[in-house]
Amino acid sequence: MADETARARAKAYWKDTVRLTIGLLVIWFVVSYGAGILLRDWLDQVSIGGAPLGFWFAQQGAIYVFVGLIFFYCWAMRRIEKKHGVEA
Amino acid sequence: MLDPWTLFFVVTTFALYIGIAIWARAGSTDDFYVAGHDVHPTVNGMATAADWMSAASFLSMAGLIAFMGYGGSVYLMGWTGGYVLLALLLAPFLREFGKFTVPDFVGDRYYSTTARVIAVVCALFVSFTYIAGQMKGVGVAFSGFLGVPFEWGIIIGMVIVFFYAVLGGMKGVTYTQVAQYCVLIFAYTVPAIFMSIIITGNPVPQLGFIGEAKGEGISMLEKLNTVVTDLGFLEYTETNKSMIDVFCITAALMFGTAGLPHVIIRFFTVKSAGAARVSAGWALIFIALLYTTAPAVGAFARINFIDTVNESTYISDEENYEARAAEIEAEGGKPVPTWYKDWEPTGLVAFEDKNGDGIMQYRGPNAPDGVANEVTPNNDIFVLANPQIANLPGWVIGLVVAGGLAAALSTAAGLLMVISSAVSHDLCRRTLFKGMNDKTELRVARKAAAGAVLAAGLLGIFSNNLGFVAQVVAFAFGLAAASLFPVIFLGIFWTRMNREGAISAMITGLVTTFGYIYWFKFVDTDPAHWLFGVSPEGIGFVFMWLSAAVGIAVALATKAPPQDIQDLVEDIRVPGTRTAHGQGDADMAPLSRE
Repeated sequence: MADETARARAKAYWKDTVRLTIGLLVIWFVVSYGAGILLRDWLDQVSIGGAPLGFWFAQQGAIYVFVGLIFFYCWAMRRIEKKHGVEA
Repeated sequence: MLDPWTLFFVVTTFALYIGIAIWARAGSTDDFYVAGHDVHPTVNGMATAADWMSAASFLSMAGLIAFMGYGGSVYLMGWTGGYVLLALLLAPFLREFGKFTVPDFVGDRYYSTTARVIAVVCALFVSFTYIAGQMKGVGVAFSGFLGVPFEWGIIIGMVIVFFYAVLGGMKGVTYTQVAQYCVLIFAYTVPAIFMSIIITGNPVPQLGFIGEAKGEGISMLEKLNTVVTDLGFLEYTETNKSMIDVFCITAALMFGTAGLPHVIIRFFTVKSAGAARVSAGWALIFIALLYTTAPAVGAFARINFIDTVNESTYISDEENYEARAAEIEAEGGKPVPTWYKDWEPTGLVAFEDKNGDGIMQYRGPNAPDGVANEVTPNNDIFVLANPQIANLPGWVIGLVVAGGLAAALSTAAGLLMVISSAVSHDLCRRTLFKGMNDKTELRVARKAAAGAVLAAGLLGIFSNNLGFVAQVVAFAFGLAAASLFPVIFLGIFWTRMNREGAISAMITGLVTTFGYIYWFKFVDTDPAHWLFGVSPEGIGFVFMWLSAAVGIAVALATKAPPQDIQDLVEDIRVPGTRTAHGQGDADMAPLSRE
């Protein structure tokens, strides 16, 4: 990356990427370690179908959210790339 | 118990794998290591799913969950959540880096042969511990179903893997893995759907799992809780593990998954960083199909097992089964089910008549009626015997066997690719004989793959006499999390990370994790002595932080990496900007984008 504008663009792109990554990792943490482990007893007061909610998150819900997170990441990254004119 | 359907499915699927191997021969090192790096993201996702889901996922996991209940969640979350880390933190950047292997990244990013060799050691260690379990699974499936001796089962498996791994390299492995995924997911979901209909009336196992027990007016899980507590087990939705231990095991499995070389290299086979991201998403969808079915299978299997076995009257081998069973039923009793008798010779289920009443009592440790437990089932029995327990047609059993073999062989092949490329590429071409040309390297790679197949087979045969295969898997994940994950992550996200930091981080993670697991698995097995109450399975997560902290401290105390390397790191962060940089790419240019 020789010229300064390209460098600045790369910096801005990276900043957006890192911000997105942190945001998604927070959700990742909350649905698995949060809902499935740390807050599970509290969530178990509520049921989803016939399963206690915390238990359900640990055995089903977290996995669904994980899948959603990755595809959302792909979509949001394409948007960031378009915004900064980066070709992935 | 040789069944024509089993023979049919096994022979057909094996012929398919060999056919694919011949079709997808590798012509260059590019083909051999990264399948020409133009695999479609969805195809790669499917191959990754097969690569990832091993004999343990297919055969043992549902059984583990059936016994552990809520405690089994560590595997469900741990072995899927790692893909989020891979997609967000590693895969796209490593693809953009544009080389063949994980030690390639470590060696070039940290401009150091020492770092490369340590990474090779980690990759080899992780892969060999893992592959022993796969080969053992192949041997067990063959000896249990096709009446072939255990050793011959492994040798047949070796010949098949030899064909597509040695001939086709990553290219052959990729396309056979796609076929193997289809076989294994079909084999897993068919019995699950039938069982879900029988127990809950809902054909979707994931919905049956949270649905009502058919015709009983309470939910399936409530019923299961009542049934198991009545027998003196812990409630199904509870665990006796401490919260911190559940947390650490889940995390060690997640970070370990993200750091496993045979998973990472799958993302080198796609075209671009963007394709690597999408591919990780597809991989997780394909994995989630099995992983969200598994807890349902576990719960259903536990109900079925208790239903059919507990309080049934045992029939010994000397008696005529049909005659005696009819007699017992006439007296109003419950005869031991036929599936139990079928599986008894394998040793996966055992009965010891402690009170001498001829009835099989299945009890937990706190049985309210004080009766001692007399029935000991193995984890694997649940998936293997499920079709029979649920009275499914004979061909379903054959399908499950073919599925188990597909799961074991696909994972074994992925691991073999790591082992052979670590030897031929990282050790020979990049460390010892730097002038090696592409043709020679391809020949060496084939030989290394052949040698690895042989070593893996011997390890499988040998490990049958050692009871510790399941335990050493803790090593694989712990070491991947504590030694490989931090250096790869910091290598991408922290430009200032340098050679000295990387070497000290890897060594710290390797030594502490290895030492801890070895100590508490083989020397002092008392859980009371665990550090912070964290089991050997979860310790990789704790030492991962230590490894990163040591790495950062050492890096800050030593010289910053050369400008070339810092530029390289900035390039891999932004797709499409990767150019060759002197020191990092001196021995090997990055792959071009087209």
